[in-house]
Parts: sequence; structure tokens; C-alpha cells
Amino acid sequence: MNLYAIRAIYLFEMHRTWRTIMQSIISPVISTSLYFVVFGSAIGGRIPEINGVSYGAFIVPGLVMLSLLTQSISNASFGIYFPKFTGTIYELLSAPVSYFEIVIAYVGAAASKSIILGVIILATAALFVPMRIEHPFVMVLFLVLTAVTFSLFGFIIGIWADGFEKLQLVPLMIVTPLTFLGGSFYSIDMLPPFWRTVTLFNPVVYLISGFRWSFYGLSDVHIGTSLAMTLVFLIVCILIVRWMFKTGYRLKS
Amino acid sequence: MHVAWRVFCLMGLLTCFVRRWFENQFGSPYKENHSSNDGSCLLFHSTGDVATENSVRIDPMSSAISVSNLHKTYDSGFEALKNINLDIHHGEIFALLGPNGAGKTTLISTICGIVNPTSGTILADGHDIQKEYRAARTKIGLVPQELTTDAFETVWNTVSFSRGLFGKPSKPSHVEKILKDLSLWDKKDNKIITLSGGMKRRVMIAKALSHEPEILFLDEPTAGVDVELRRDMWNVVRALRESGVTIILTTHYIEEAEQMADRIGVISKGEIILVEEKNELMRSLGKKQLRLHLQEEHSAVPDTLAKYGLELAASGSELIYSYDAHEDKTGIASLLKDLDKAGIGFNDIQTKQSSLEEIFVNLVRERK
Ligand SMILES: Nc1ncnc2c1ncn2[C@@H]1O[C@H](COP(=O)(O)OP(=O)(O)OP(=O)(O)O)[C@@H](O)[C@H]1O
Ligand SMILES: [Mg+2]
Repeated sequence: MNLYAIRAIYLFEMHRTWRTIMQSIISPVISTSLYFVVFGSAIGGRIPEINGVSYGAFIVPGLVMLSLLTQSISNASFGIYFPKFTGTIYELLSAPVSYFEIVIAYVGAAASKSIILGVIILATAALFVPMRIEHPFVMVLFLVLTAVTFSLFGFIIGIWADGFEKLQLVPLMIVTPLTFLGGSFYSIDMLPPFWRTVTLFNPVVYLISGFRWSFYGLSDVHIGTSLAMTLVFLIVCILIVRWMFKTGYRLKS
Repeated sequence: MHVAWRVFCLMGLLTCFVRRWFENQFGSPYKENHSSNDGSCLLFHSTGDVATENSVRIDPMSSAISVSNLHKTYDSGFEALKNINLDIHHGEIFALLGPNGAGKTTLISTICGIVNPTSGTILADGHDIQKEYRAARTKIGLVPQELTTDAFETVWNTVSFSRGLFGKPSKPSHVEKILKDLSLWDKKDNKIITLSGGMKRRVMIAKALSHEPEILFLDEPTAGVDVELRRDMWNVVRALRESGVTIILTTHYIEEAEQMADRIGVISKGEIILVEEKNELMRSLGKKQLRLHLQEEHSAVPDTLAKYGLELAASGSELIYSYDAHEDKTGIASLLKDLDKAGIGFNDIQTKQSSLEEIFVNLVRERK
């Protein structure tokens, strides 16, 4: 295994984050804090508790997931798209690195960034609302699993995209709506039965539900189901990446 | 940042297992050669020569680069390379000439792994570039034609990055030497975006040299580079050659090829149409022609002049004498005396030498 290459790419990507710290760390933290102020304190005060959890605390896991998803996708997709766009990808393609190493380095860096961000947002949330974490181990597991899975998903988008619009398209048109409708701000039990069924087709529901369970022991679907669905999505992403590299899809002519 | 890397390394141990699983489950991309590129961690082969013990050399006397029956058809259906067969010898400078769109970049990109070959095999120092891509690519450095760099990185970082990417442990003294050789040392902390075009080109050369390659590809290294810099660059190239590096370059400046190359190859429309020792070519260049415009038309060369191997041209009004300008006795003086004796008068005289450029232009034109 070419560990030096993994290290070089990983540190390069982390360095890029540091350079763009406003965009990659500070702005998500600020926007999430605004959610806490508006929903947690201002509006949340007038919303009754959900199963014994104050509304402000109830939305914390969903908001962390929201940032985790969008940041993982944008970090990873940008990380691989940009070299393609500028042409510096030639070096990666001509280097003695395996596809597996490329994926590990890029996805690892993107996931690390989102995890750091997730932890910062959690810490910020603790300043605004009273919080507890009942199952810290599961919480960390979900944090890491989600960051890795969606970084991989972002990596796929980055390879697939052949323009900046496409790069923005999927996060904006698909991921953000799915996250908002995935129970960040409500329990899906609050929905009419028909919509509850529709919602179960939204993969993000399982992530948020599982993540919230690790905090308060509350979940819309069983924790095992959440975990299984996340793993299924992870495996699907791995298979797609494998196929892309095997065929040189949009990387080599 | 480095803390994150440490944590990541711990996770890396885990991923090693995942990788095993991954490859057992789905197969390695290059299964045929599993042994040579799997177990061997570059980390533990810091001398650089990876996997040579394990892999079988097809031909022990192999060339630095050996291309056989290479075809490349782009997705658009365009056939950019047609049955290329080419061997680059160890330690030589090989100049690849050809008009725009001939396929030079396509050929280089295919050898370096950026373009997938449609068919054919390529060996780099005896290693198949697809099956033993790790061993092959470790030996190769590439300076592409396009100027593409990470605009916001510093010169030092980007060159060190390349070294890591090619699996070498960091070695600041080597990076320092390269940057000094390429007169980039005082720019080492500058962001690349602040450099001029010629300096960016040098940064790309520095990147390609960062991992101490044995084979170096330079795709039009002197395009857009001023005279002084070009001289510096050739000095670096010569020094590399002295140290045993094999160099393949493309250029549109034919004098450059004439000065630098050991061998010259000409490619046109995706086909190699000439590969020749430069000295051999120069010898045929040494041939000059003397043309004499005769006062009267002649139907045949008189027997007394037979030893000169003269040719009649322009319906008998021109005599052509070919000679070697490098020889001490060109025979011109005695020819003129003998012409006088034979009573053949002439009113004009002309000598002509064909240049590499002319040979090149003619070769390429013939193909059109
Ligand atoms: N990605 C691609 N898809 C389709 N055709 C391509 C592609 N890249 C190059 N070609 C075509 O292949 C041919 C060879 O291109 P190549 O870049 O190898 O030429 P070259 O010899 O390097 O020319 P130049 O001297 O201009 O650099 C050209 O006709 C070009 O249009
Ligand atoms: Mg070219």
C-alpha cells in the first residue's frame, strides 16, 4: 500500500480546508447556530415537548445530520471535481496509487472534516439547548458511518459531474429536500399515515432517526433498521465507486 | 491537521483489513499481478525499487519503454494512434516530432496511464503499465503539455506533495536541489498563482522530478519559454541524462531536437513514420548538392565525367553533383577542371543542403 500517497493526498485536502476555513467550517457553524436561535429558542419555546424532550434539544441530532450530510457531500465532491476541472488530475492518474488508496485518501479527508465539523456543531448546540447523549458509542458510530458514506456519495458526484451546475445540483435538489423532509424538525409520527409511508422511502429518515436515538432513546424506526439502511447505502456507494474506477468513467478517455 | 492524520492512521489499520475484504470480495483491479502490487507497502521499500523481485521481466534486455502494437481510438471514434511500435533505449534522449494533432500527447498520455489504450502493450523498464502499474509508474515522471497546477499551493508544498504521491518518503534536501537547479528556490514559498507562465512550467518539471524518476517525459517543455530559460532547461535535461535518466521529449523546434536528441522519431496522423539515430540523420544531412546551369542542353553525361556520378536534370540543362561536405576532398575543384576539359560551359552555380526541418516537412507532406 502506498501510504505516502495516502498521507500526501489526505494532508493536501486537510490543508485546503484550512485555507478555506471560513467556507468549510465557520459558515456551517454560523448557519446551524441560527437554526438553534430561531427554532430552539424563539419558536421552540412555544412548541410542546416531544416525548419529554424539549423542541430545541429534539432538533439537535437532525441539524447535526443536516450539516454532516451536506458538508460531506460538498467536501468530497469538490475535492475530486476540482483537480478534474483544473487538469491537475493528470498527476493522480499517472501516480503509482491504486483506486482504493485514492478513495481512502479523498473520502477519509472529507469524512474527517465533516466529523470535526459535526463535533463543533454539537458543542455549539450545547451552548444553546440542554442536551444529553444516552448512547455515546452509537452516536459516534453514526457520526462516522454517515460522514464516510456521504463523503463516498459526494466523491461519486464529483467524478460524475462535468460542470459546476451538476456539482451543485444533487446536493441542492435532492439532499437538502430529503434532509428537511427526513424528520430533522419533527417526528414522523406527527405526519398523517399516508405521508408517513412515503417518508419511509427517504433514506435520510433512517439516519436522523438512528442518530436521535443515540441521544434521547427516541426513534421513528428501529435502531437496527437505521443501521442496516446506512450500511446498505454505504455498500451501494462502494460498488458504484468501484465500477467508476474500473471503467475509468469520466476520469480517463 | 497532523493530529487528524494520526487519528486517520489508526483508522487506516482498520481499513487495511477492509481492503483485504474489499479485494477478496470484488477482486483486485489488476488481479493477474496480485503478488507484485498488493503486499508490498511502498513504505517499507524506501529505496524505491518496488516489486522488482516478484515480477517477471518479459525481456531482460528490455528497453526503457517498449510499445508494441498500440492502438488508441477515442470515444468519439477518432483513431489517434495506429499500430505504434516503438522502443526507447535506456539513458537516451529521444525526441518525438510531429505536426499538431499527430498524436504525440496521446502516445505519452497512454504510456503514463492517463489515457486508456484501446489495444497493445506498453512496458516501462520491463513492467507492464497496466498489470504492474505501481512498479512502472514509480519509474516515470511526466511534464504534460498543459500548464496545470494547484494555483493556491506554494511551490514547496506542491513539489513535496508530488513526491509523496509517488510513494517516496519526504526528503527536503532533494526538493531543495531540484528547486535550486530550476532557479525556483527564491520562489519556494510563493503561491503558484503568483508565478509567470515560464516559472509554472518549471514548477511542473520540478514536480515530475520530485520522485527521482528513471524515465522522464517532457511534452513540449519549451513552449512559451524564453531563450535563457530554455538554455537552463536543457542544462537540467543534460545533467539528468548524465545521471542515467531516459528522456522522451516532444518539441516543435527542430533545431532543439537536432541539438539535444540521441534519436529522433517522427509521428504523423497517428503513425510513427521515422525513427533514426540523430547522427545518422545528420550524416544524410551532410550530403550537399552542387547544381550547374549549363550553357547548352546535353543529352548525356560525357564518359570522361563518369567517375563523378553526375545527374542531368531540367531536360539536360542542369548538372547535379552530390558530395559529402564533411569530407576533406569534396572533388569540386577537379570536377570543374574536368568540365572545362570536356568543353562544357556553365553560367550559374548553386549549392544546396537539406535540413532536418526539410526532411521533416517532406516526410509529413508525403503522408497528406
Ligand atoms: N479526448 C479526446 N477525444 C477525442 N479526440 C482527441 C482527444 N484528445 C485528442 N484527440 C485527437 O487526437 C489527435 C491527436 O491529439 P494529440 O493531442 O495527441 O496531438 P499532438 O501530437 O500532441 O498535437 P500538438 O502538437 O498540437 O500537441 C488530435 O486529432 C486530437 O483532436
Ligand atoms: Mg500535444
